[in-house]
Amino acid sequence: MNAANYLYLSAMLFTIGAVGVVVRRNAIVVFMCVELMLNAANLSFVTFSRINGDLNGQVIAFFTMVVAACEVVVGLAIIVTIYRSRRSASVDDASLLKR
Amino acid sequence: MMTSSSLVYLIALPLSGSAILLLSGRRSDKWGHLLATALSASSFFVGLYQLSLMLGRSNSQRPISQKLFEWISVGTFNIDAGLMLDQLSICFVLLITGVGTLIHIYSISYMAHDPDRRRFFAFLNLFIAAMLLLVLGDSYLNLYVGWEGVGLASYLLIGFWNQKPAYATASKKAFVMNRIGDMGLSFAIMIAFATMGTVSFSGIKEAADHTSTGALTAVGIMLLVAAAGKSAQFPLQAWLGDAMAGPTPVSALIHAATMVTAGVYLITRSNFIFDAAPTAQLLVVIVGAITLMFGALIGTAKDDIKKALAASTMSQIGYMILAAGLGPVGYAFAIMHLLTHGFFKAGMFLGAGSVMHGMNDEVNMRKYGALRKFMPITFATFGLGYLAILGVPPFAGFYSKDMIIETAFNSGGVKGIILGCVTLLGAGITAFYMTRVMILTFTGTSRWDEEAHPHESPWLMWLPMAILAIGSVTSGYLLSHGDALVNWLSPLFESHGEHSELLSPMVVSGLALLMVAIGVAFAFIKYSLNEVDAVAPADVSIFTTIARQDLMQDRFNEAVFMRPGQALTSVLVKTDEAVIDGAVRGVGRAALGSGASLRGIQNGFVRSYAALILIGALALVAAIWVVTQ
Repeated sequence: MNAANYLYLSAMLFTIGAVGVVVRRNAIVVFMCVELMLNAANLSFVTFSRINGDLNGQVIAFFTMVVAACEVVVGLAIIVTIYRSRRSASVDDASLLKR
Repeated sequence: MMTSSSLVYLIALPLSGSAILLLSGRRSDKWGHLLATALSASSFFVGLYQLSLMLGRSNSQRPISQKLFEWISVGTFNIDAGLMLDQLSICFVLLITGVGTLIHIYSISYMAHDPDRRRFFAFLNLFIAAMLLLVLGDSYLNLYVGWEGVGLASYLLIGFWNQKPAYATASKKAFVMNRIGDMGLSFAIMIAFATMGTVSFSGIKEAADHTSTGALTAVGIMLLVAAAGKSAQFPLQAWLGDAMAGPTPVSALIHAATMVTAGVYLITRSNFIFDAAPTAQLLVVIVGAITLMFGALIGTAKDDIKKALAASTMSQIGYMILAAGLGPVGYAFAIMHLLTHGFFKAGMFLGAGSVMHGMNDEVNMRKYGALRKFMPITFATFGLGYLAILGVPPFAGFYSKDMIIETAFNSGGVKGIILGCVTLLGAGITAFYMTRVMILTFTGTSRWDEEAHPHESPWLMWLPMAILAIGSVTSGYLLSHGDALVNWLSPLFESHGEHSELLSPMVVSGLALLMVAIGVAFAFIKYSLNEVDAVAPADVSIFTTIARQDLMQDRFNEAVFMRPGQALTSVLVKTDEAVIDGAVRGVGRAALGSGASLRGIQNGFVRSYAALILIGALALVAAIWVVTQ
C-alpha cells in the first residue's frame, strides 16, 4: 500500500482536530480534538519512520503518547474542577483572564 | 627668576578670612568684621614686606615666583598653579590691600546697622583674595581664575541687598555683561595655546617673536574684549552705572579703585602681544577714547551722586586704556593714573557714602546742597579728591592725567592730534561734571527733605577718607618725582626710542588747565549763579535727555542684543518642543497606540487564541513553503 495514503489520513485527522478545537465550545470535545491532532502527528511520525526505514519516528511516537497521557491527566483534572465550580464545561465561559 | 615661599600668604590670609566668616555663620557676627579687617591689613603688611625685599634687589632680580602645585599635566601640556610678583604686580598688590584695608575699616562703621555685616565682610575678603590671585597669577589661566573670582565677588556684593529686585537685577546685569568679556579672555587663552602652545606670561613673551601677526592680533582683540567687559569700556560699559546698587564701600573698592582696573592690568601685562599687533593696539586706543568721552558725557547729566561718580570712573579708565594702547610710552602712565585714580576716586566714593550716611541714604544730588557746614571733614576730603581728579597742580591727577594727554599728543601724526584733543576735551568735561557734583552737594542752598538731619560721620569712616585724601594729594608727586614709577616699571616693557615732541609738557599742562578752568566756569555759571531745582527739570534739550539715559546704551543693547536673543531663544524653545520633544513623545505615543489596537486580540476566549495559533502556524508553513520553492 502507498505510504502517502497514511499521510493523507494524518492530514485529514489533524484538520478535523484543528477545526474541532476552534469551533466547538464543550471543553471535553475540544480536549478530544487536541488528542486527535496529537495522534495525527503520531501517525505521520510512524509513516515517515516506515518510509525512511529507521526507528526514530517510532520512538518519538512513544514520547508523544507519554506526553499525551500526562496531558490528559492534568487537562481532565482542570476541566472537572472548572465544571464543579461553574456547572459548565464551555470554554467561552472561562474568559476571566482578559481582565 | 628667584623663588619665594611667602607669596601664597598674600592670597591665603584674606581667603581664609572669607572661609571662616562664611562657614562659622552667626557665631562670628560679633568679631567677624574685625577678623576680616585684620586679615586684609596683614595681607597689606606682607605686601609691604615684599616691597622692601624687592627694593633691596637689583633690577633684574626683582621678579620672584612661587610654584604652588602642578595643576594640569597632560602629556607635554603642563600648567602649574604658580604665582609671580614683579614690579607691576606689587603696585597692584599694595593698591588692592591698602585701599582694601581702608575700605574694610570704613565698612565697619558704614555697615554697622546691617544685620548681614559679617556676610559683607566675608565677600570683601573673598574679593581681595580673588583680585590678588588675578594680579599674582603667572599665566593667563591662573589670571583667569582670579578674573572669575572677582566677577563672582562683584556679583555677590552688587546684589548684597538682593531683597530689592532692582538690585538683584543690577547684579545679574553686571554678571551677564562681564561674562561676554570672560568669553573673550577664554578665547584669547585658547588662541594663544593653539598658536603658541603655552599660556604662561613668560612663555608667550618668548613665543610672540616667531608667531604670526594675525594670531597675535586675534589674541589681542580677544584680550581687549575681556578688558572691556571687566573695566566697563565701550561697548560693554552698560553694567557699571547699575552696579552702584551695591553698598557704597563696594562701589569704592571694586567699582572704582581695583576690579574695574583689571582690564588695564590685563593690557599692560600683555604688552608683548599688543606691541607686536598694531591693529589690536589701535583698537585699544579707540575703545579708550570712545569710553573716555562716553563716560564724561553721561557724568554731566546724572543726578544720582554715585552714578555720576561711576560715569567718571568709566571715563577715567578710558584714559588708562587709551594710555595703555599707546604702547611702551604709555604703559607706565596708565598704571600711574590707575594708582592715583585708586586714591582719589575711592576717596570720593567713600565721601559720597558719608554724605548718604548723613542724609538717610538719599543719593539724589538735587536733594543735597549746603552740606559743607554740616560735614566739614567729608567736604575737605571730597574736595581734595575733586582737585586731584581735575588735575590741578600739585594734586595727583595733575601728574598722571597730564602725562597721558601729553603722550597722546606726541603719539604722532593725525592720530596724535585727535587723541590729544579728545583727552583735552575729556579733561574739560570732567572738570564740568565734577564741579557740578561739588556745587550741588556741598554749596548753595539746602534742598533737603524735611526729615533729613545731616551730620558728620564717625571717625571710623572719616579716617580712611582722610588717608585716601592724603594719597590724592601726594601720590602723583611721589610717583612721578624723578620718573620713579616709569623707571620702576621700565624693565617689564620693551624700551622705546625717542619720540617726536609735538607739544612741550608746559604747553600741554597749560592747555589742560585752560580746559579745566573753562569746565569749572561753565559749571559755576550754570549751578552756582542760578538756582538749582530740587526736582530734575523735565523740559531739557534732546542731548540732556539722551545723556540722562546713559547715551541710550541700555536701549541699544536691548534692541540689538536682548530682543533678538529672546526671539532666538523662543524659536529654539519651540523647536525643542516640536522637534526633539515631539520625536521622543511620538515614539511613546506610537507604542501606546499600537498596544491599544493590539489589545483587542486579547479577548480571553480560548478558541480565538487557538484560531490565532492555527493561523500563525499556517502562515509559517506557507512562508517556509514560499521560501523553499
